[in-house]
Parts: sequence; C-alpha cells; structure tokens
Amino acid sequence: MSLPSATVRPPAFPANWASRIGWIGLALYTLYATSILNLTWARFVTGLDNGAKFLARMFPPNFAPDKLDLIATGMLESIQIAILATFFGVLLSLPLGLAAARNLAPGWLSWSARGLIAVFRSFHPVIVSILFVKAVGFGALAGILALIVSSMGFVSKLFAEVVEEMSPKQVEAVRATGANFWNVLIFAVMPQVMARFVGLSVYQLDSNLRNSTMVGIVGGGGIGAPLFTAYQRFDYDVVLTILLCIIGLILMTEMVSNRIRRIFQ
Amino acid sequence: MTAVTNESVLLSIRNLRKEYRPGQPVLKDISLDIDASGITAIIGPSGTGKSTLIRCINRLVDPTAGEILFEGQDLAKLSGQALRQARRRIGMVFQEYNLVERLSVIENVLSGRLGYVPAWRAFLRKFPAEDVTRAFDLIDAVGLNEDFATRRADALSGGQRQRVGIARAIMQNPALVLADEPTSSLDPKTSVEIMDLMADLSAKRGVPIIINIHNVELAKRYAGRIIGMTGGEVVYDGPPAGLKPDHLKHIYGGEDFL
Repeated sequence: MSLPSATVRPPAFPANWASRIGWIGLALYTLYATSILNLTWARFVTGLDNGAKFLARMFPPNFAPDKLDLIATGMLESIQIAILATFFGVLLSLPLGLAAARNLAPGWLSWSARGLIAVFRSFHPVIVSILFVKAVGFGALAGILALIVSSMGFVSKLFAEVVEEMSPKQVEAVRATGANFWNVLIFAVMPQVMARFVGLSVYQLDSNLRNSTMVGIVGGGGIGAPLFTAYQRFDYDVVLTILLCIIGLILMTEMVSNRIRRIFQ
Repeated sequence: MTAVTNESVLLSIRNLRKEYRPGQPVLKDISLDIDASGITAIIGPSGTGKSTLIRCINRLVDPTAGEILFEGQDLAKLSGQALRQARRRIGMVFQEYNLVERLSVIENVLSGRLGYVPAWRAFLRKFPAEDVTRAFDLIDAVGLNEDFATRRADALSGGQRQRVGIARAIMQNPALVLADEPTSSLDPKTSVEIMDLMADLSAKRGVPIIINIHNVELAKRYAGRIIGMTGGEVVYDGPPAGLKPDHLKHIYGGEDFL
C-alpha cells in the first residue's frame, strides 16, 4: 500500500517564531546586562572569601542575658506587629476584594477597587514603612500600618481572583429564589470562597511575620532595629542570635499555618 | 390589548422574543398560556431556545420583547425589589442541580426562603422555626431523611442532589416550578425516580411545573401537555397522545433517530 498523503501533511510541530525570538532576546539581554553592571568572576571569588570571614566572626552566637532580653522584647513586638497587621489587613481585604471582583461589583466600583489595590501593591512594605514613620513617628504603629497596606494589596487582589473563579451556577440558583444581593453574597458567594480566603490570610500572616522583622530597620518597630544596630556595631555574634530566633519563628509559623489550613479545608 | 381573562391560566406569555445578538432571535415571538396545575413538557433539539424560554420567565435571562403575565404583573418589565418578590413565587430546578456545594443539605433547602429572611438572619442561620421544621419535612418528602440534613451537598450522588434541588424549589412555596433539563445528568432509573417525585409533588401540592426535557418518552409519560419547539418556534402544542412520529420528525429534523 502506498502512502499518498505522507508528503503533503502540514508539520506536526510548527516553529513558534514569536517564542524563539523571545528566548533569544532574553539571552542577549542577560549578556548585555552582565557586561554593563561590571559583574566579574574575580569579584565573586573575593566576595566568597569575605563572606567566609564574616560567617567565622558570627560564631559563637551571643547568649548574654542582657542581649537576650533585648532580643525577646524585639521579637515579641515583631510578632504583635504581624498579628495585628494581618488581622486588620485581612478584615479590610474582604470588602475590598469583593468590590474588585468583576463578576460581582459594577464596573466603576471594581475599577476603583483595582486601582486602589494596584497602588497598595506598588511599593515594598519597607518603603511604605518609611512613609508611615514620617507620618506617625517611630515605633510599632508605623510598622503595623505599613503591613496592613501590603496585606490589603496581596490578599484583596488574590481574593478578587478567587471570587471571579467561583461557579456562577450556584449563584444563579440562589438568585432565582428571590434572594437579594446580600443574601446571595452570604449563601452563594461566601461558602464558595471562604476556604480559599482563610488560606490566603494564613499565608499573609506567614509573610507578615517575615516582613515585621524588616520594618524595624527603618524605624517601624520590632526586631529589625536591634538587628540593624548589631550589624552597624559589628556585633556579628548578636546578629547570629537574632537570625537564629527569626529562623525559629518562621519554622514555627510554618507548622501553625499548616494546621490552620487543614482545619478550614 | 388585554388577554382573555381565564381563571385557570396562571402564566401567559405573549409574543416573547429573545435576541442574544441583534437580528438573530433565539425565541421568535412565542405565545403560550400555562394552566395553574399539571406538568407541561417542552421538547425540542438542543439550541432551540427551550432553556432561554424558561429562563426568561424568572428573568435569569432578560427577554428582548414581549410580555410574561404572571399573577397580575408583566414579569418582563419588573426590576429590583418587585422582580425579587416575583421570583419568590417561582421555584427552579436545574440540570446540574446548582446546589451550593459547600453548604449542608438543610442550608441548601432553606436557601429557598432567602427571599423572605433579612441578611443578618441568613448570616447567623437564624431561620424562623417553622421554616426549619418545613425544611426537615421536605427533606423527608423528597425521599432523603434527617441524617442527610447536615451533610454537605458535595458529598451527595447526582440523584440525591437533584432531590435537594427539588426540595429547595418547593421550600419557596412557589406558585410555579420551572425545571430545566432536571434529568439530563442522571441515569435512566434515577431519571424516572426524579420524574415520579416531581409529578407526585406537583399533584399533592397543586403546583404546576414547566419542564424542559430531552427524553421524549419521559415527557409523554409524565406530562399532561407537550410543547414541541424547533428553531425558536412552537411547532406542536397538545396532549402526549397527539404527538405522532411526523411531529417528532418536524421537531428534531430527520427520522434516523426514531
């Protein structure tokens, strides 16, 4: 039997030139940027050497009681900043996320909510912290306000996406009973999205705990300030103690957040 | 112009037209009168506007033109509060059940009362005691039992879900029930059980049902009146006994399927 059509079939895997050009462009740009920024292997090797000396000076960690006292106060403040910022940030994200969802809110509302979220997301929490330190002065309040803003940016954006992905059929059925907007929200929307919302909130608590150790560097309260001071005074053994505390805290959060997520499956 | 007032007519559709895209009507000036009792089955090929017709009645779809007269109002002209109050009088059963998956069975049944309870009560699940009692009774009446009440809807089988869907519709105390392909996602035996249940509820509670259905045999078996649609128009309207192979040929096109 002959194969008459074998020669006339189109290629099974046609070349995707757009994607090829994209990859080639990325490779060329990487080379260009490397040359511009004066990145050389020699500098990297010297850096490793310096890094090793730095690490050597960190050991052993400093567990002097006065230092531990200072660190404990800072860590506790960081945890409080993270929890308060998550609580208020998540609470405010609930209405903001619903308002941003295009399948629920009218156009003008969802676009304004999206605009606000975009502004919240534009800056790193540390930059927002600087603004709040200027506004309300040094201390935990500035850190809390900064992390509320970044929590709202993250949680409400992803929450709006969750709401947009929900099943319209369940909403339609509840609407067909004559329920008003609020009852549709309570009985058809919330049941579909709450588990994901709790998941996002727990993730945000996790990341707020990390960020709350940072806002102190610019005066936003918490463990950041002692950490930064210790660096500047070359007290690298104290730096190591603080870093170990932060690592311990993050590991604990990881375990707790896994638990919480399992409860709200 | 006023329609002839007839005590037994519950729903009167006049020149109903729906165009999703301008100039391409899915429903071409449909006029129908539906009695206040019994089962009316609408048959016809997919894409012929059966679902659109039924959804225009409770305004899940907005008609382009025409009147839908129900309990002294033109549903096609209602909006806001008045529309929601009219919807409370019309129950709906869906092809894919459309239960709120993460809510319990009894919460799904009680959602039939959401047109009557304020938001704070809905939020706290503080439904009036008589509603809760009725919900339990209805769960029994559709062939489930109180063990199902607190189970989540996503733990049920298709047939069980549709029973809950029917209970939710009846929970509204509706004057009319719309059923959009209620058996199309079910196996043949379960389909018959669900049709039995709907026929039984319709007869006992005196609620008329308009049902879209693909299965002509089921339509003939349960409906007192059959409406055949094709291409957005009604081409047969009469008792099941009058539905002949010629009609089906006209409705579905061709005869290979007979």
